[in-house]
Amino acid sequence: MKLLTHNMLTSHVKGVTKGYPLLIKATEVKVNEVEFQPQFVSRMIPKLEWSALIQAAEGLGYLQDLPNAPISNYENNEEFLRKVHRVLLEVEVIEGCLQCPESGRQFPISKGVPNMLLNEDES
Amino acid sequence: MCFRRLAAKTEVLIGLFYSQFYNEEEAKKYTQNSRMIEIQTRMSERAVELLNLAEDQPCYLLDVGCGSGLSGDYLSEEGHYWVGVDISSAMLNVALDRGVEGDLMLADMGQGLPFRPGTFDGCISISALQWLCNADKKSHSPPKRLYTFFSMLYSSLARGARAVFQLYPENSEQLELITAQAMRSGFTGGMVVDYPNSSKAKKFFLCLFAGVSGVLPKVRTVAGSECEISACGILCRFKVLKGKSVKKSKDWIMEKKERRRRQGKEVRADTKYTGRQRRPRF
Repeated sequence: MKLLTHNMLTSHVKGVTKGYPLLIKATEVKVNEVEFQPQFVSRMIPKLEWSALIQAAEGLGYLQDLPNAPISNYENNEEFLRKVHRVLLEVEVIEGCLQCPESGRQFPISKGVPNMLLNEDES
Repeated sequence: MCFRRLAAKTEVLIGLFYSQFYNEEEAKKYTQNSRMIEIQTRMSERAVELLNLAEDQPCYLLDVGCGSGLSGDYLSEEGHYWVGVDISSAMLNVALDRGVEGDLMLADMGQGLPFRPGTFDGCISISALQWLCNADKKSHSPPKRLYTFFSMLYSSLARGARAVFQLYPENSEQLELITAQAMRSGFTGGMVVDYPNSSKAKKFFLCLFAGVSGVLPKVRTVAGSECEISACGILCRFKVLKGKSVKKSKDWIMEKKERRRRQGKEVRADTKYTGRQRRPRF
């Protein structure tokens, strides 16, 4: 699971109102090279919950000294975009689990695929 | 007959459900069949065309029922980033083995898609939506599951984004149920039927718009004659297809006379008065 997906993912357990951000408990993390597309990264930046991204990247140890808020004029700063690209699309959680911050429900991740299936009483 | 279609029929007959149906073996078979790949790719191509994405701009897309990632491959080819959701872990394993570029997730679309509002620039789904119309467990209610799915999809799409579903509807009631639940969830749009006059090439695409309403895309036909059918248009077509004319109509009377003539019964000749409406005060 890429951190971009994690940034967009919420918990949908019944009764949970916010369920965001999901806590990552990773046991295996991999970095996959992905082609860099500055246009895509700069389009995604306004959509991101920046604090959740920083928190997730820090937890995995791939923070790469990203600032606490996106810098101004990031569209033209290739170095910054490359860093964000690496965190968003190249760092992948392979094994571990995601935990809902409200209900404490854990969603296991295996082979990089999070299992978001709910039990009958949770949906 | 397409495999998925056959699958859908078999599924109804023997009451299997998707995650059981696409076990390891079926999943592999499905992905190695070259004709299957070709059909899937062509349908994905058309679905992306119907999404009407901004040109030369990499988008963030959702593939519902991504399966082994055949449709996702096409998205990657076009330079888009995608997240694939499927309920069958066997299919997702095949996708992993094939090394697809998108991010995969195991989830049941009937339980809703857990994404933040405004996440995706578009959503495609190839031959998956009809599975939602089946109740696999006693506690499953298809209308409720459809509604949950559509309302959560609506919120996870960016305003002005589209969702295109290629599906094999079983009958007009099923289509009506799907479109009604989509409209209730806030979508606008309708059905596009490609090659409506061909039983083999005929393809149903449900095009939904989140937020901004647009015009329905043009339909593809063999002879180049365009015919646009809205959701209700299809329902009418289905009614006609059932064969019988409206009772007491002129057609119905003529058919009945013809039938009786064939049976060798005495029937009055057809005149200009046959089946004509009487004056109000007869």
